Amino acid sequence: MAKRKIRVMVAKPGLDGHDRGARVLARCFRDAGYEVIYTGCHQTPEQIAAAAIQEDVDMVGLSCLSGAHRYLFPAVKKLLVEKGADDIVVVGGGIIPDQDFQYLYDNGIKEIFTPGATLESIVKWVNENVKPRN
Amino acid sequence: MEKTDKIRAGDVREASRLIRSIEDSVPEAKSAIKHIYPFTGKAQVIGITGSPGAGKSTLVDGLIECFRKTGKTVGVLAVDPTSPFTGGAILGDRIRMQRHAEDAGVFVRSLATRGALGGLSKAVGDAIHVMDAMGKDVILVETVGSGQQEVEIINHAHTVLVVLIPGMGDEIQAIKAGIMEIADVFVINKADREGSGKLQREIMAMLDMSPIPAGGWRPPIVKIGNAFDPAEFEKGLEELTTKILDHREYLINHNLLGDRIRRKRTHELNEALREAILEPVLNLLVSSGELDRMLDRLQKKEVDPYTLAEEVAKKHLTGCV
Ligand SMILES: Nc1nc2c(ncn2[C@@H]2O[C@H](COP(=O)(O)OP(=O)(O)O)[C@@H](O)[C@H]2O)c(=O)[nH]1
Ligand SMILES: [Mg+2]
Repeated sequence: MAKRKIRVMVAKPGLDGHDRGARVLARCFRDAGYEVIYTGCHQTPEQIAAAAIQEDVDMVGLSCLSGAHRYLFPAVKKLLVEKGADDIVVVGGGIIPDQDFQYLYDNGIKEIFTPGATLESIVKWVNENVKPRN
Repeated sequence: MEKTDKIRAGDVREASRLIRSIEDSVPEAKSAIKHIYPFTGKAQVIGITGSPGAGKSTLVDGLIECFRKTGKTVGVLAVDPTSPFTGGAILGDRIRMQRHAEDAGVFVRSLATRGALGGLSKAVGDAIHVMDAMGKDVILVETVGSGQQEVEIINHAHTVLVVLIPGMGDEIQAIKAGIMEIADVFVINKADREGSGKLQREIMAMLDMSPIPAGGWRPPIVKIGNAFDPAEFEKGLEELTTKILDHREYLINHNLLGDRIRRKRTHELNEALREAILEPVLNLLVSSGELDRMLDRLQKKEVDPYTLAEEVAKKHLTGCV
């Protein structure tokens, strides 16, 4: 039996159109051996949650530079839970002030990566914390 | 409710999970397929092939819209290549189709090739079964489009669209790769560009030179204008959906649909036989070290591969040889 492969989705909710970071992350995940579904910019939480379920990913990585992360990240997690996909790990990245971390953790965001995080550290975190479904 | 009942009721999460298990070759996936198999065979499967960047995903997005307008439900399987170096993949076809993400009548699933040749994934046949059993009326399968060996799609689709764009010289490439022969409908995409008339004439000339295919269907050529000009794009898409339906009707009226389906079944059975017969033997040869010993003997030129294969067959396929 082949080994289960990790599947992740990288999505950009909200209005900002700077997806360079998200693309870099997508490539980095591919190089780590994951299958990466990339959905592009301007996604609503509803679109992201629906796509994550259709794609059966283990993790959704959200990137947000617009400052709306306090609304957008929890909204995605909430929709996933409502759709019975509470096992899909949601992480966030982007420009996120320290004082927002706890609020995001409390709302189901499992980890937050700020622009200082190295790609290696992100992959290491995923390898340790995201297991492909059995 | 049984998982497979849920799938038949259209449950996306169960369906997507099963497709994942098929991709990962989990043994339980096979028993689930056995359960749903009797309920498959209703969907119309349409293959879309053509070079990367030809606009296949954009076209699929447009086709989804067209079929939804007529009330049909749609499944999409979009295949992108796995990196041979890392085993990872970026699956980006979905970007063009995200406006349908929330439509419950549309289910888009990305697949990575995972080393399969032929521009598809090994899981594609069973993934089609899953979407079919869910009750999707139309299933669109987008191939990788690397330009070579993309003909595998004919084992899965009832109608194959070959997408070409003007000014790439890629029609020549496609002819070389045997892509032209599999087309049921030609699409000239980005037809607003210079050279679309020339491309059309070239395709027509090629069709004139080719022998008339069994059944006598001559592939029509549909020009689709700029995807960013909604009115023009829509006009082209409407013509394309008409031709797709024409093709299906032609197959039915000329008793050809059965041949297509038999080709699908043949492929399916071949794959299943390979899995049930060849793979267990290979696994045994590997785990027992026999394969290595055989390779040593081959390398020393003590024996040839045919003799070795016959020895293996004699030992493991009693009754056949
Ligand atoms: N000019 C023009 N560009 C198009 C058209 N259709 C698609 N594109 C662009 O071509 C690129 C590749 O499209 P995509 O649908 O992803 O192609 P695929 O690789 O064949 O799936 C994208 O940047 C599209 O926006 C068209 O009709 N005209
Ligand atoms: Mg594509």
